Amino acid sequence: MLGAIGLSHYLIVAAILFVIGVFGIFVNRKNVIVILMCVELILLAVNINFVAFSTHMGNIDGQIFALFVLTVAAAEAAVGLAILVVYFRNRGNIAVEDIDLMKG
Amino acid sequence: MLNLHLVIPEILLAVSASLLLGFGVSKTKNRAPIVRLAAIVILLVYAVLGYALGSQDGEAFKGALVADSFARYIKFFIGVAAAAGLLLAGNYLEREKLDHYEFSVLTLYAVLGMSIMVASNNLLSLYIGVEMQSLALYIMAAFNRDSLRASEAGLKYFVLGALSSGLLLYGISLIYGFTGTLNFEQIAISINETGLTLGVVGGLVFLLCGLAFKISAAPFHMWTPDVYEGSPTPVTGFFAAAPKFAAIALIARLVMGPFGDITDQWQQVIIVLAAMSMFIGAIGALRQTNIKRLMAYSSIANMGFALVPLAAGTVAGIRGMLVFMTIYIITVIGIFACILQMRIRDGMVEKIGDLSGIAKTNRGMAIAMTIFMLSLMGIPPLLGFFGKLFAFLPAVQADLIWLVVLALIASVIGAFYYLRIIKTMWFDESEHEFIVPVRALSLTSAISAFLLIGLVLVPFIAKSGQNWIAIAASSLS
Repeated sequence: MLGAIGLSHYLIVAAILFVIGVFGIFVNRKNVIVILMCVELILLAVNINFVAFSTHMGNIDGQIFALFVLTVAAAEAAVGLAILVVYFRNRGNIAVEDIDLMKG
Repeated sequence: MLNLHLVIPEILLAVSASLLLGFGVSKTKNRAPIVRLAAIVILLVYAVLGYALGSQDGEAFKGALVADSFARYIKFFIGVAAAAGLLLAGNYLEREKLDHYEFSVLTLYAVLGMSIMVASNNLLSLYIGVEMQSLALYIMAAFNRDSLRASEAGLKYFVLGALSSGLLLYGISLIYGFTGTLNFEQIAISINETGLTLGVVGGLVFLLCGLAFKISAAPFHMWTPDVYEGSPTPVTGFFAAAPKFAAIALIARLVMGPFGDITDQWQQVIIVLAAMSMFIGAIGALRQTNIKRLMAYSSIANMGFALVPLAAGTVAGIRGMLVFMTIYIITVIGIFACILQMRIRDGMVEKIGDLSGIAKTNRGMAIAMTIFMLSLMGIPPLLGFFGKLFAFLPAVQADLIWLVVLALIASVIGAFYYLRIIKTMWFDESEHEFIVPVRALSLTSAISAFLLIGLVLVPFIAKSGQNWIAIAASSLS
């Protein structure tokens, strides 16, 4: 019989998701949309952390924080996509390796 | 419990920014100049409001925000720097056909975010403040939406900024989980009671890394040169002043407040950030030809210097940081007022070579620019020297002498590129003449150059100015 799912399981899942998100931003060389998805992944990993801690401790603050993170994530996605659209109109594509006008 | 009277400056910004957003919409008229003027007035009122209302201290929103002399001091300079930024932007935006009223509104929202950052007393309000500031700044970086450079700058700033918010949030979640609270005072109590856990240390490191992005401290500096170069010049000037001050103030509040009892844990992080920033900033600037890019590396180096007194972890260190940052902000506003004057008949130029020989054609600007460069180097009669003196002294007192030696070496390396600009201006052959600048630009650069000539002012400000800063710093202990 397996043991019950405890706090540490949630934390490990969140840590894995967080690392996948951070790596996705650096390793990905193809498309900026993938970067936006990775940012989303990072924020959701943090949300899992918050909700897991919150229910584990019986303290409501973490769940409220998670709601705020969701709201901010929506605003951030809106701003990010808007900037991406502006960039696409000027550049004609959104490949990560082509974002190299300024270097040094 | 709400204590709304303590957050009147923030309420003023929030309400007026929203009203201006509605007012600016007009099909027939361009209302940008009116909105800009209103925003400048509002920012100046905001800057002095905390003092004008009797300097009350306390906590608002059940401990989410705090009003103390430290926050009031920072808000004063953020408000003045943002107002100066808008004043400088006016002419540029009109000439580049960018004069949309949203610019002023975004500035107000960014300042609101910074205001919440410096007043935060809770990890949730910290996060909301940081995000509010960043979201407005991403848009301002890409404000020239027909320019490929500006949109690339906005995109890079957005991606790395979002990553840094992610790191910041992960740190917050760990600190919350291992201390059980979001409130700064409760965190300090909890760390005292249960002792240090690995989770708190990890969270603290993540949190500091996320904030290091915001002050562009190395190794989290890689966005800075590109964003500074690509953004419209007045936006770059704004980036270099107010947000840096707000973010470093937030770091100071964090390390002195909730983590004040575990100095050993964060001191190493701050020392590494400071040492790397100083050298990467100094060495990276050596081969730059674009003046905005050069200023980016210069600001990385100066953030390293500003972190040196923080590493001491004492009230004297906070004081040193405040003195240094105040003088740095005055200098940066003046420098960008000069850069905005680099305009020939065909438009803006931003190569360092374009400054050659302006001592003959535009002597006033050459003198002002020389004062700024000498002040950034830290040549004695100018205020920049006192900035560095006050910044490095607390570190010496806290037995961090080798860090100060590193800072001095970095200053000497940095002197090379500041001197190169002076040499270009005074000894090279002139290439082209700049057109006559508008009054606002030349006046702003003249005022900040005048402020930096310490000898003129020292008898008047030395005592009262130091008292002012000492009171601000002592409220964090």
